[in-house]
Amino acid sequence: MSFFGFGQSADIDIQLDGAETRKMAEMKTEDGKKERYYLYYDGESVSGKVNISLKKSGSRLEHQGVKIEFVGQIELYYDRGNHHEFTSLVKELARPGELSHNASFEFEFNQVEKPYESYAGTNVRLRYFLRVTIVRRLSDITREMDLLVHTLSSYPEMNNSIKMEVGIEDCLHIEFEYNKSKYHLKDVIVGKIYFLLVRIKIKHMEIAIIKRETTGSGPNTFNENETIAKYEIMDGAPVRGESIPIRVFLAGYDLTPTMRDINKKFSVRYYLNLVLVDEEERRYFKQQEITLWRKGERLRRPLQQQLMAQQIQQVPASQSKFPQSHPQGQPPELVSEIEEQQHPIAPQIPPNATAAPEPPSPQQSQSPMHEEAPEPLPSATVTSNTTYHATATTTPQPPPQLEPPDEDIDTPKLPSPPTEPPNSIDSPEEEFLEAQAGSPSEEEEEEEEERESAVKTSTQEPVPVAQ
Amino acid sequence: MADNITNDSTRRLVSKKQTLDDAYAAPANFLEIDVVNPITHGVGNKRYTDYEVRMRTNLPVFKVKESSVRRRYSDFEWLRNELERDSKIVVPPLPGKALKRQLPFRGDDGIYEEEFIEDRRKGLEVFINKIAGHPLAQNEKCLHMFIQEPVIDKNYVPGKIRNT
Repeated sequence: MSFFGFGQSADIDIQLDGAETRKMAEMKTEDGKKERYYLYYDGESVSGKVNISLKKSGSRLEHQGVKIEFVGQIELYYDRGNHHEFTSLVKELARPGELSHNASFEFEFNQVEKPYESYAGTNVRLRYFLRVTIVRRLSDITREMDLLVHTLSSYPEMNNSIKMEVGIEDCLHIEFEYNKSKYHLKDVIVGKIYFLLVRIKIKHMEIAIIKRETTGSGPNTFNENETIAKYEIMDGAPVRGESIPIRVFLAGYDLTPTMRDINKKFSVRYYLNLVLVDEEERRYFKQQEITLWRKGERLRRPLQQQLMAQQIQQVPASQSKFPQSHPQGQPPELVSEIEEQQHPIAPQIPPNATAAPEPPSPQQSQSPMHEEAPEPLPSATVTSNTTYHATATTTPQPPPQLEPPDEDIDTPKLPSPPTEPPNSIDSPEEEFLEAQAGSPSEEEEEEEEERESAVKTSTQEPVPVAQ
Repeated sequence: MADNITNDSTRRLVSKKQTLDDAYAAPANFLEIDVVNPITHGVGNKRYTDYEVRMRTNLPVFKVKESSVRRRYSDFEWLRNELERDSKIVVPPLPGKALKRQLPFRGDDGIYEEEFIEDRRKGLEVFINKIAGHPLAQNEKCLHMFIQEPVIDKNYVPGKIRNT
């Protein structure tokens, strides 16, 4: 098959510059196997050599030209014929002619824009690859080499905690809090669940990380939910006033950054799903989106120097794509891992309850669950390392020392992970009520099938307190 | 490389300390419903069995904190039908209607067999417990009438206890 560069007459081999020092990363192939590929960042040049070797020495290979392309494309699995190329660069390696012996061609794609992260999902793939083509009259000989692209962000300036009071009228009121709304992939989710009213018999509580991949649009929207992690955080029946701590270490899970509307083709979003289960196996859940972002890692010297030698261009970050990074020669050298450890990522101090927007009281709310929007915290100018014993009205702590060295003019700041658009998450009906038997996020659980008391969520009515 | 996280970055969030009153108070979710004391009334063909449905609770949604009423199987069926029609819950199944046991020429006492009554009692207890603890079912007038009224008024006006 000539696709793999093994034509009857010639073999194509692609060698990348700096391959010995370049990082590699893993990604699943279509058959589900994990493979390693060379890792590139936005703005990096992609250069190397193409080696063409003739199978039969002494033979001649006539061709209509040899070219190399750098392609970035989105493949939707249900639309196989159509690949959506969002990036396509081509370089001519040889004009039409004849190869009489093995040949090598150097190529360089200078400071290539790689706006999106590589992604291998359930219904969609986004990949970057180099493709060498020896054009011939009857059949071309081609060779592809996949590259992996990671998009990096820096610490967000605003990273409010998520704090909400939700519940079911007169039956269950809880206040949940997660210390941030944006987490990097090796971060820790620190949170708590505070019970305000418990009139149901709770058996246990669990938390799960759900990944939702959305492809298509309008009536042809496909949502693929995958439970990345799930575990029990409480066993037994809580009473009013109890606080249950949550700690989830993200580094152990297979996560990608949040991707919103990539090239208008797909999204990958992550949710924390808090589920309470009562004695009759009824499930009460609250899903909350979190933004995941990829933090740059420490670079090894040689590559860093190579990248710093390249010109740096500035491109305005567009908020519509995530995460847009500047096409720069250098992925951010954020502070080394060792330094990071010394700077506590102070948990967000929750705003004083009275300062928060008036939590809608049960009688007044339109829906049985209230959703209190996380209060925008006052601008963060405090840089002291106050602990959480400070008063509740203290401004939140961005971890200042963890920012990429701003003083270094050669490392322009990366964009922050964007705030999610308001009201983009759950519709009111999905807020904190019993999961339906067929709830997509919990398909794999047998209890779901056996549960008899699923609620038809769309018509649940609010219930004011009887006076 | 190992990603070491400091104690501070994973430290618990501050929470309000629970008061001793809250910690040791009676739980706010107290609800006990038993189906007990089956009694078969009447003689011969005109018999029927009913059961005591006994409830103790401190849930504010129930007007009466303790109640005891007698209900027969058809009353449970009535409740199930009302809930299936009016509420949004998936109603749990009742124990069987045992029509075969009601046919003539049986060797045993049919539906008045002790063992059968005990099985049915258990099934009815499971049934009513599943429903009464359901936040949505607690809103239905039929449930309250079933549990707390001495006599079920089948001509009642269906509806909810609380409306917005």
